Amino acid sequence: MKIDAKGMHYRQLNKMIRDAVASGEKEFELDNVGGQRYIGAGMNENVKITINGTPGNDLGAFMNGPRVIVNANAQDGIANTMNAGEIIVHGNVGDIIGYGMRGGKLYIKGDAGYRVGIHMKEYKKQIPVIIAGGTAGDFFGEYMAGGIMILLGMNGKSPLVGDYVGTGMHGGVMYIRGKVDPYHLGKEVCCLELSEEDTKLISGYLKEFCDCFNFEFNEIMKEKFTKLVPLSLRPYGNLYVY
Amino acid sequence: MASQLPAEFNVDVDHEKCRKCKRCVMNCSFSAIEFKDKVIPNNRLCVACHRCATFCPENAITIRENPLDYKDGYNWSPEIRKNILKQAESGGIILIGMGNPKPYPIYWDHMLIDACQVTNPSIDPLREPMELRTYLGAKPESLWFDGENGNISLRTELAPQVKLDIPIVFAAMSYGAISLNAHKALAMAARRMGTLMNTGEGGLHEDLAGYTDRIIVQVASGRFGVTSKYLNNSALVEIKIGQGAKPGIGGHLPGEKVGEDISKTRMIPVGTDALSPAPHHDIYSIEDLSQLIYAIKETTDYKKPVSVKIAAVHNVAAIASGIVRAGADIVMIDGFRGGTGAAPMIIRDHVGIPIELALAAVDDRLRQEGIRNRASILVGGSIRQSADVVKAIALGADACVIGTASLIAMGCRVCQKCYTGNCAWGIATQKPELVRRLNPEIGADRLCNLLSAWGHEIQEVLGSLGINAIESLRGSRERLRGVGLNQETLDILGIKHAGIGQ
Amino acid sequence: MKCDGIPSGCAISGMMSENGRRIDGTEIIRSIACMHDRSNGLGGGFAAYGIYPKRKDMYAFHMMFDNAGAKEATEEFFKDYFNVDKDEVIPTQKGYGISNPPILWRYFLEVPENKLEFLSERDYVTKTVMKINSEIEGSFVASSGKNMGAFKGVGYPEDIGRFYKLEEYSAYIWTAHGRFPTNTPGWWGGAHPFTLLDWSVVHNGEISSYGINKRYLEMFGYKLELRTDTEVIAYLFDLLVRRHKLPVDKAILALASPFWKDIDRMEPEQQKIATAIRQVYGSSLLNGPFSVIIGHSRGMIGLNDRIKLRPMTAARKDDMLYMASEESAIREIAQDLDSVWSPRAGTAVIGMVRAEVE
Repeated sequence: MKIDAKGMHYRQLNKMIRDAVASGEKEFELDNVGGQRYIGAGMNENVKITINGTPGNDLGAFMNGPRVIVNANAQDGIANTMNAGEIIVHGNVGDIIGYGMRGGKLYIKGDAGYRVGIHMKEYKKQIPVIIAGGTAGDFFGEYMAGGIMILLGMNGKSPLVGDYVGTGMHGGVMYIRGKVDPYHLGKEVCCLELSEEDTKLISGYLKEFCDCFNFEFNEIMKEKFTKLVPLSLRPYGNLYVY
Repeated sequence: MASQLPAEFNVDVDHEKCRKCKRCVMNCSFSAIEFKDKVIPNNRLCVACHRCATFCPENAITIRENPLDYKDGYNWSPEIRKNILKQAESGGIILIGMGNPKPYPIYWDHMLIDACQVTNPSIDPLREPMELRTYLGAKPESLWFDGENGNISLRTELAPQVKLDIPIVFAAMSYGAISLNAHKALAMAARRMGTLMNTGEGGLHEDLAGYTDRIIVQVASGRFGVTSKYLNNSALVEIKIGQGAKPGIGGHLPGEKVGEDISKTRMIPVGTDALSPAPHHDIYSIEDLSQLIYAIKETTDYKKPVSVKIAAVHNVAAIASGIVRAGADIVMIDGFRGGTGAAPMIIRDHVGIPIELALAAVDDRLRQEGIRNRASILVGGSIRQSADVVKAIALGADACVIGTASLIAMGCRVCQKCYTGNCAWGIATQKPELVRRLNPEIGADRLCNLLSAWGHEIQEVLGSLGINAIESLRGSRERLRGVGLNQETLDILGIKHAGIGQ
Repeated sequence: MKCDGIPSGCAISGMMSENGRRIDGTEIIRSIACMHDRSNGLGGGFAAYGIYPKRKDMYAFHMMFDNAGAKEATEEFFKDYFNVDKDEVIPTQKGYGISNPPILWRYFLEVPENKLEFLSERDYVTKTVMKINSEIEGSFVASSGKNMGAFKGVGYPEDIGRFYKLEEYSAYIWTAHGRFPTNTPGWWGGAHPFTLLDWSVVHNGEISSYGINKRYLEMFGYKLELRTDTEVIAYLFDLLVRRHKLPVDKAILALASPFWKDIDRMEPEQQKIATAIRQVYGSSLLNGPFSVIIGHSRGMIGLNDRIKLRPMTAARKDDMLYMASEESAIREIAQDLDSVWSPRAGTAVIGMVRAEVE
């Protein structure tokens, strides 16, 4: 189903999509999208939504199934508390993406803003994955409690990542392509070398990522990665007295 | 090094009466009673939870505050001295449970309710209808009708409304902070009494799936257990911004409490700390709150009212106004005496403002701006008795929220040790042998008894006020008078001093 | 002197001709006098509709002034806010035990076009009434509607009626009130009827929900200066019927709502309407004992509270509709009635004059 979203309010657009999904529609192409919020929010069905234009904030919030492809840059709050599904952005994204994300994949071709993957968490088989091909801002993985974040820096911009990486991190793992200056790290993380298993793990995701955006897998793997994990699962255990 | 802190309580066992049945030993979850030929208390570990005394068949146990006196000093109170000793020994932030116990003024106790005499009649609540039904949700300013003469239909479509048979709702207490049995008791009681319970921020356990029409599901900064299914299986959705006991502070469920069941409910691995950040990181400003409110409305297809819970802080009136304008259907205000499973003592005892003043200020502000109809106001933060409910509703609340009172109904003795996980009454604990002590059925009965009793008491007051519907009390400050309050306080509360007539 | 509202007992009576026949004031005086013992001499009053046919399109302001200064200040105010077509003393006669009346004067006013850029004419007049009552010391608007007027004061109602020479006026609707306040205010403005625009209210009983009704109205800009529950009824009708445009019977559902137990048994559409009204208009529910007669230019509405704690009888004869606290007050002025009935609790008696009546 093709929808021309020009001038449409998000409430109208999203209702149109929900109604069509309810009557069995599986594929959507949204043209002239310009800032409409909450596309795919809370949807449980395995539908495909292609967005031509810049979608509004909270793209895929509480989403639980759909595959969303954005053929442009996207804004803030993508994959907010997302449970399952895929979001693929052919461009850059804004701040607070993947907040409280618990499952599914978010692949970004370019740069990500501040506060990426805050309080991302995992549960059993639900392991959220965020991969950004470019750089990221401060507070990357703050309070991270689970899942996988991979930052590639393929566009050669510097710094690769901002300050306070993994502050308060108490679960999950981050892989950053290249070296991370310890100055940028939060107090609760430590750097490790990648094991064979790590390489195997990220290779799977990165091949998928390369397929989405026509990156060279071997080119990506030429550089060494840094692995960041929490020092403790209970970073603030000794802060209190009873 | 042994602690220099003296014991808080003395446990006296009358060995003449004691039959050595050891029930006290079995019941003490704080290891404060041992048995070596006879019952031997360890005073240092006693928290005055009364479990031993309650279950002693001979009434042989007495618990007293340790009479160990300090040198007199109004300024350096024993509590302050003890806290310094504690921190000098540990270097930690002092953590504490339940609500602020400090002797700040309790304004409820400085307000008196009117009654009818002669010129307008009181109504007999036992024999005449006395309506407590309340609907939570945004109301339009006016209604529009279509059609003419006898064939008139309603054109206005109302935002979703949630019906309460009694204007008292159980407060947000997460599974994790309290036990599953406590959650079950609250859910059963909410169903039977036509009111609501609140998951708190710890997700909804699958055993409560049958009660979702009576459950407020909370979305807090940690987003534990929050999925589109969770949001849709609810009576309404509440965004928790703050809590009266710890405004501006996040939450922290220690990893040792995160067992299999809690892990499943919160959707986090077993044994990891459940940390709730202080802010929602997708809300740094009021327009972001609006964004989240509408993300939830989109996800629930506009079928669920969205509530926003805040702590009562200095600028609460302006904040509440912003929340209403951001699209919230309900504003829940939690006063500085509200309870908690765990909070830094400095925050619990020194931050926030009393709910009475916050409520009055918010209701006034929303009326001045002409938007009072756009959201219901729920208030909590130490609603202790039905009289507090009546006074809160007269000040302008739509309904009240009770947390601590509901825990006491289930057996809590307010010993303030919730964060230890050793709750002897099976409420604030996850230890299976302790959780088992709270039978959900009996807990639900006790909660229903409490609400029924309060309901009858509220009806008695309505009758004496000569009104037979709760909406005629709501916001009717004319029916309250202050005693012993200064003019500024009276002005904030919007009431006259006792002795002044109409 | 304005003073605090006072709880009061009372008698009410009302009569109207659906055909718009104009009747002089002697009958309504006889009717209310019949219930003399329900009043205590501390207040009485009348509202009459159709009395100024020559100036029927102008706002007739019946004013009460404590002194000449207040009159002067108000006249200055009128010059700024209105075009004054005519002003004159309200005729009275001495005797009948009436003492210390204020200065009683009436003004026929038109609203200048240029004042109505952002306001409807009636909102404009409402605002000016609120302004005079709250801001001009010693000045009080007894009534402000078109082709109608309120005549009230301290005394027994029949004496007040004769004092104002009501036998010289002809009206198609008359309402009357005899008052039994429980202390002695001695303020003429405090007598019934209370009015706003062409709404007038005579009221027996006390509204126990006054506190919230008042705060609700204040949200919509009404100023409740008189601290009396009767004022609330007039303003609620103005808000619900004139401003929110509710059909009269729906406004009645708001003011004297059915109980939830009855709403729960209604047909779905009726239930939906009644529920929505209670949800949205809960703050306008009039709770406590009352019976009222509300007059307006097109008719008369009788209503009592939802458990009928105050009496009301209604009757018809030919084109006449009568309502009163006691049946005897109707029988006094109309024999051989076609029908007599006691309206049920919370059920309004709605009388409308025929469309062609001016």
